[in-house]
Amino acid sequence: MNAPVDIPVPTFDCRVAFAETLIELAKVDERIVAVCNDSVGSSNLGGFQKLFPERLVNVGIAEQNMVGVGAGLANAGFIPFVCGAGPFLTGRALEQIKVDVAYNNFPVVLCGMSPGMAYGELGPTHHSIEDLSWLRAIDGLGIVVPADPAQTSAAVRWAAAAGTPCYIRVGRTKVPAVTPDGADAFGFSRADVLRKGADVSLVATGAMVSRALAAAEVLAAKGVDARVLNVSTVKPLDEAAIVAAARETGAIVTIEEAVIQGGLGAAVAETVVHHAPVPMRILGVTSFAPTGTAEFLFDHFGLNSEGIVAAALELKTR
Amino acid sequence: MGLTPPANVKPGLATPLPSTLSSDERAKELRLKAQTVRRSVAEMIGRARLGHIGGDFSVSDILATLFFSVLRLDPTNPAAPQRDRFILSKGHCAAALYSTLALRGFFSVDALKTFVEPLSPLNGHPNRRKVPGVEANTGPLGHGLPVGVGVAIGAKLAHADWRTFVVLGDGELQEGSNWEAAMCAGHRELDNLVAIIDRNRLQQGARTEDTNRLEPLGDKWRAFGWDVVTVDGHDHSALYQALSSPHPGKPRCVIADTIKGKGVSFIEDRVEWHHKVPSPEQVELALKELA
Repeated sequence: MNAPVDIPVPTFDCRVAFAETLIELAKVDERIVAVCNDSVGSSNLGGFQKLFPERLVNVGIAEQNMVGVGAGLANAGFIPFVCGAGPFLTGRALEQIKVDVAYNNFPVVLCGMSPGMAYGELGPTHHSIEDLSWLRAIDGLGIVVPADPAQTSAAVRWAAAAGTPCYIRVGRTKVPAVTPDGADAFGFSRADVLRKGADVSLVATGAMVSRALAAAEVLAAKGVDARVLNVSTVKPLDEAAIVAAARETGAIVTIEEAVIQGGLGAAVAETVVHHAPVPMRILGVTSFAPTGTAEFLFDHFGLNSEGIVAAALELKTR
Repeated sequence: MGLTPPANVKPGLATPLPSTLSSDERAKELRLKAQTVRRSVAEMIGRARLGHIGGDFSVSDILATLFFSVLRLDPTNPAAPQRDRFILSKGHCAAALYSTLALRGFFSVDALKTFVEPLSPLNGHPNRRKVPGVEANTGPLGHGLPVGVGVAIGAKLAHADWRTFVVLGDGELQEGSNWEAAMCAGHRELDNLVAIIDRNRLQQGARTEDTNRLEPLGDKWRAFGWDVVTVDGHDHSALYQALSSPHPGKPRCVIADTIKGKGVSFIEDRVEWHHKVPSPEQVELALKELA
């Protein structure tokens, strides 16, 4: 049925695709500006700054002002990409995101750089694992979590043209390509079935998608036919794809690099419980992380092939 | 219900009172407008049984001066790209803003009667998605200036000559986000940006200086790279001069010394009138004093 997934060794992270695409867009659209908080390097905006020094608005280490400035630039007719490390952008400036961006309905693109546990050993202060939860609560704010560089690029193109507020996670973790290259790599509010399957659905987002694909291979060897869904838009959720997964496979495991309260798993559960109740397991981050690399922490929280396989088998044998 | 301008409002970007007017004539006109705003506020809050009358009255002269002698606006096209921008950071004084916008022609004065009624576009804090003339939604304090800084940076990037004005409460300056924005505007030498501080010296619970001291306030803004002008916030000629004169190379901060509750004797400079609602009899008394 499904060809074995040959996952190439990743060589670069999503920030490269993000920066290259932003530069391409800015070359043809003068409304594109970047706003950052002394994060030219970590947001990978060095190339943008070289080409468009005036259109790189570095406000210094001041996230509340950064998001407000982004909203003001949108009022002035620009399309601002507001870039900062995920934890500081979303945590420090949460009320600005709610009021200045979402409630105003300004087309600001909030770019959460190095989200999840990408900053590994720097610790929980630098992990952005709550962003999906607290941003999901904000009306009208789209939440996009690309799974790989191609999808990051396509999502940035979509965001520039969307005319609505959104948040994009721009991953630092090196990930293999899991989506086709090109504009169709991303569709807003569209979940993609990356692997067909009838026994259980593995519903993943961001850097967890390639792990779900790997887990599906292990499950196949054990006789379990797993569907893999790439949910690159956490909000608004592709409810039809989730309901189909629930009805057609009868069990769902969600996997996200985020706390399990209020993120992807919660969104899927809300949909499933309304339309097609099936057993679920929600995999994600369950506490402030101990010291360790991102890779170590993925293993620590069971966000790996073994953890996903165990959850799927538990659902199938209950 | 959507808010639209009355039929007799003329299209085109304009400032209602011409700059050629004599200072006395302008001040006389602006005083009439400000008193009309105050009477409207008294009626709205009296009817709604909700509002922030003290701050509405302290800011009325500032709003009248801006909307009738400074801001270039087109009520028939609130999103005209070359318009000046005005942001009321002290969004709780929405009644004064709505009254000013109606008087300026953005929507009918009649619509003010729906203030905070269920489903009215005139919420307790302004919403740009429902009220034409509102540039940014405010309510939580410390939001207006960062947005205004972004708008002013945008004007610079666009090489446009429109200006940005932000009115802040004085108590509001205790919010740190203002100082992030002040530092940024000073650093970027945004001489197309004006912050006006409604310096009525009272916040919700007490005097600002007894709560979290602001003074020396002018020095603070100067230290952040701003051109600071202190005026009597009820003197329309002084306000006009401060709001219309150029300030090359620096953003301007106008510290407008005001009296909270200005214009009504029993409301003036009393902390309880931050959001106390006047009785029907008190509304009548207020309207007489504001006649």
